[in-house]
Amino acid sequence: MQRPIHTLIITAATLAGVVIYPATADEALNRGAILSASCASCHGPEGRSPGAIPAIAGKTAEDLRVMLEDFRSGKRRSTVMGRHAKGYSDEEIQLIATHLGKQK
Amino acid sequence: MRHSTRRHFIELIGSAGAVSSMAAWPIVAGGGQSAGRVVIIGGGFGGATCAKYLRRIAPAITVTLVERESSFVTCPFSNAVLGGLYDIDFITHHYDALRDAHGVEVIQDRASTIDPAAKTVALSAGSTLTYDKLVVSPGIDFQWGAIDGYDEAASEQMPHAWKAGPQTLQLRKQLEAMPNGGVVIIAAPRNPFRCPPGPYERASMIAHYLKQAKPRSKILIYDAKDTFSKRPLFEQGWKALYPGMIEWIPESEGGAIEAVDVRSMTVHPTFGDPQTGDVINMIPPQKAGAIAQVAGLAGDGGWCAVDQRTFESAVHKDIYVIGDAAVANPMPKSGFAASSQGKVCATSIAASLSGLEMPEPSYSNTCYSLVGPDYGISVAAVYRAGAEGIVSVEGAGGISPKDADTAFRSAEASYAVGWYQSITADIWG
Repeated sequence: MQRPIHTLIITAATLAGVVIYPATADEALNRGAILSASCASCHGPEGRSPGAIPAIAGKTAEDLRVMLEDFRSGKRRSTVMGRHAKGYSDEEIQLIATHLGKQK
Repeated sequence: MRHSTRRHFIELIGSAGAVSSMAAWPIVAGGGQSAGRVVIIGGGFGGATCAKYLRRIAPAITVTLVERESSFVTCPFSNAVLGGLYDIDFITHHYDALRDAHGVEVIQDRASTIDPAAKTVALSAGSTLTYDKLVVSPGIDFQWGAIDGYDEAASEQMPHAWKAGPQTLQLRKQLEAMPNGGVVIIAAPRNPFRCPPGPYERASMIAHYLKQAKPRSKILIYDAKDTFSKRPLFEQGWKALYPGMIEWIPESEGGAIEAVDVRSMTVHPTFGDPQTGDVINMIPPQKAGAIAQVAGLAGDGGWCAVDQRTFESAVHKDIYVIGDAAVANPMPKSGFAASSQGKVCATSIAASLSGLEMPEPSYSNTCYSLVGPDYGISVAAVYRAGAEGIVSVEGAGGISPKDADTAFRSAEASYAVGWYQSITADIWG
C-alpha cells in the first residue's frame, strides 16, 4: 500500500512548514486543465450548471469524449457546442474528456 | 524531491480529492508560509476570475483583490435590464464568496499608482501593497472630449450606460419618461470597444420595451463603422420582431457622430443633418482603465500590449494586464474573454511562481445576444496562442445559423440566461 506512506510525507512536510511544488506536473494533466478551463463559463463551476445549460458534472470521460466528437461531426445536434468542438483535435478532446470526467 | 516522488504526490492528491478537480496541479503550503504574493486590481470578469482561480490552483499563494466598489454590476445583461426583463439586482454581484470561501483578501479601495521597480501599489486611502506579481484588470475608461461636447457631465443627460450601474438606471429612467412616438438615438463607436455586439443588442432590448409601451417610437443607431458584430442575425431579428422600428446608419452614410449638444439634445454627424432625440445613448470611444494609463502600461491607442501566452505586460515585467484593457485581438473585449484570460493568467502566474512549465494556452469565447426575450443569437470562437500571438482556430466558432428555426432561437435565448447564471457563479460564487 502506497497511500499511507504518501500521507505521511504530506503531513511531515505540512508540519515542517515546507512549501512543496510538484514540479513535474504531468503534461497531460496541465493541458487538459487549461483546455477545459472555459467550460465552466457556460456549464457552471465544477460542471454544475445553475441554469438552462446542461450540467457536465458526473459524466464519465468516455461519455464526454463521445459527446464532444459527435458535436464536432454534427452527428449530435447543438446550438453552439458544434462550433466549439470543431476547435479541438482528437487528442485534445481526449484530454478535455479525461479532465472533466473527474468532476463528480 | 525527485521526479518520481513528485508524480506520486500529484496522483495521491488527485485520488484523495484534496484538491478541486479543476486545479491544474496542487501546491501545498504549511505553517502559513506563502508561495508568493499576488495583487489584483479590479474585481470584474477578468480580475475576480483570476483571483478565484489562483487560489484554487495554488492555495499557497496570497491573493489580494483591490476593487473600488463594494459590488460589481455587470455589463452583460444590463441591456436586458434596459428592456425591462430583469432588475438591477439580477446583474449585481458581491465579493463575499471570494473573501469567505476562496481565501481572497478583498480591499475596497482605488489603486492610485504602481511602482514597477519597487513592486508596490499605492492605494488612495494611503496604504501600500507589495507584490511578487501584479494583475491589472481595470476594464475601460472613456475618451472624454473625443466627441465634441461629450464629457462626464454630459453623460448625465446623454448616458453612455457602458459601465453598468447608475448609468444603466439613468438610461432606463429616460426611456420610461419619453413620449410614445419619440426618437431614441444610440451612437456606437468604432473598433475596438467593449462588447462589440452590445450596441445592437441594446437597440433590440430597447425596441422590446418600446414595442409594448410606446409602439410609435423609433430607434436610430448612428454608427462610426460600416458593419458590426452578428449583423445579418441582428438585422434578420429586427425585421421579424420590430419591423420598421430600428434604423441603422453606417459611417459611410453619415453615422459617425463628431459633436453633441446636450442642451438641445442633438447629435452632429461628420456629414449630413443634425438629429435630435428624446433619449440619446452616447457610447463614446474607449481606452484601458485609468490605472493602466497612470502606470504607463498602455500604448498609443490607449490599450495595453501583452505577451498573449501569459498576459504579462509588454512594458513591465511581473505585471499582467487582462480583460478589456489588454490588446488580445482576435479575442473581443467581452466578459467571457476576460474570464478566459483570467484563468490562463492565473495558470501562468502559478507556473512562474513555482518554477513550472506553462502549458500551451487555450482560450475561448461565446457571446450571446438577446434580440427578444425568446430570440437569442450567439457568436463563438476557440483560440490558441503561440509565439506569434493569439489566433482563432480555423473551422471552429462563428455565428448562429441564419436559417435557424424559432426553436433554435428560443433555445439560444434560454442558454443566454443560463450562460449568465453559470459564468457569474464561476466568477463570484
